[in-house]
Amino acid sequence: MTEKNIDLSVDIAGLKLENPVIGASGTFGFGREFADYMDLNRIGGISVKGLTLEKRQGNKPPRIAETPAGILNSVGLQNPGVKAFIENEIPFLRKFSTKIIANIAGNTIEDYCSMAEQLSDADIDAIELNVSCPNVKKGCVAFGNSTAGISEITGKVKKYCKKPLIVKLTPNVTDVKEIAVAAEDAGADAISLINTILGMAIDIHRKRPILANNVGGLSGPAVKPIAVRMVYEVASVVKIPVIGMGGISSGEDAVEFMLAGASAVMVGTANFINPTACVDVVEGIKNYLKMYNHSSVYEIIGKLQLN
Amino acid sequence: MSRVLNERIESIEKIAKSIYRMTVKSEYISANARPGQFANVKCSEGINALLRRPISICDVDKDRGTFDIVFQIKGIGTEYLSQKRVGSEVDLIGPLGSPFHISEEYKRIAVVGGGIGIFPLLYLLKEMKEADKSAFLGFRSSDYVVMTEEFESASDRLSISTDDGSMGYKGIITDLLAEDIADRGFDIIYTCGPMPMIRKVKDMAQKAGIKCQVSLEQRMGCGIGACLVCACKTGKPDNWEYSHVCKDGPVFWSDEVVLDD
Repeated sequence: MTEKNIDLSVDIAGLKLENPVIGASGTFGFGREFADYMDLNRIGGISVKGLTLEKRQGNKPPRIAETPAGILNSVGLQNPGVKAFIENEIPFLRKFSTKIIANIAGNTIEDYCSMAEQLSDADIDAIELNVSCPNVKKGCVAFGNSTAGISEITGKVKKYCKKPLIVKLTPNVTDVKEIAVAAEDAGADAISLINTILGMAIDIHRKRPILANNVGGLSGPAVKPIAVRMVYEVASVVKIPVIGMGGISSGEDAVEFMLAGASAVMVGTANFINPTACVDVVEGIKNYLKMYNHSSVYEIIGKLQLN
Repeated sequence: MSRVLNERIESIEKIAKSIYRMTVKSEYISANARPGQFANVKCSEGINALLRRPISICDVDKDRGTFDIVFQIKGIGTEYLSQKRVGSEVDLIGPLGSPFHISEEYKRIAVVGGGIGIFPLLYLLKEMKEADKSAFLGFRSSDYVVMTEEFESASDRLSISTDDGSMGYKGIITDLLAEDIADRGFDIIYTCGPMPMIRKVKDMAQKAGIKCQVSLEQRMGCGIGACLVCACKTGKPDNWEYSHVCKDGPVFWSDEVVLDD
């Protein structure tokens, strides 16, 4: 099969991606940081650094700790604020064909609604509702860890949101399925998961946590099996598209998530180690499809057969 | 502009207790690296020691197309790196970060380094060919004293201190700097090393009205300004914001950083 016969494009609730690979929020800056190393046209989308209504400074350093096959981070949503994003970052990103996903986080439901309203009039392609950041004291994950919370915030934001609304879920819950169903019922157009897993690393010589914030979010290869399981669980109970992430650093990793039911994937921590990771994942998916004579990514999405 | 490179290791040598010097063949880095910049080095092949390690460029040989890094074993990453073989390749991104400011106006310069912070200062001394150069290097003890011959030949005068007095002056290196600030005066002071030393040098330079650049260290993730983990305060003590060591630094003017953490 020739390469041009392989169709990598996917449609996530109206968000049309040239390929199913998206740079994950918080790991891909605003795209420009990676432009020296790769052609941004070659990835399906970029979910930008989590935005808040006003500029935020984030947490005290150290904000990162390396752990076995992973990292803990507690950046705490350092960002220039939604207005500065609209003014300074969208014009750069729009030079490329890659789709722009605005990831938003806030202290209150009103913050989220206000940002959704402003971004609906901006030149972006989708909004990702971050109700799963473990690193801020107020809001955010408090909305995402109960069915009632996620239902309320999704429903209210949906009223202001004129773009496809992706709700990003936390893995730090007992049953991710019921959270996903609550988001779907409240009007989410798609689900993305997993955000980071709450963790802690200790410097035994100082008898203190390594992170200034004491705890942080675990990501990287270490979390991949948990993420694959959760994506599988969610994809089997919702009808809306699922975007999978958690420790993806190769095409093979991405294919696992897609077989488990993800229509697209986000690449996160791998970008820190290898600035061309997203492009490598695109190529890896293509090679897999070629190897098994598939002509479209839809031939593998959700095609997992259980034992 | 920095690039992702796979470069050949020309030599690796243990030069002091747990400290290694590696020479890497790289036309790109040797042609483009400026003093104060660093390479972000992948130390392992697999998923242990997942992150790259930022290591400052210690020396460049443009004629041979090589550069040197010197590192201390501090954890599994640097342990893996120390075990790499001559002739094998190392995966690195570089050159990264803001370099030291070099100008012909700086006729009399001082570099003040502590411990493993001394390494970027060697390349700086070598690049400032015309200036009168004083080097001040502080170490814990004689076990950790390294590269003094190279610093001696790259500078006009070299002062060494150790905390325990096992070599050179017994005490902290800033004591020696204080004498020379008074006697000699400098147009600029460059410093890199432990935070207490950097703070002291910054204060001394400020009081004497001397320009000063500091090279900072912080735990990094990506090294290219995307992950935002390597935060440091810039601005004024009562009106600061978090900048990032990898992209905005590692070299800053001493009066633009707030060193209170």
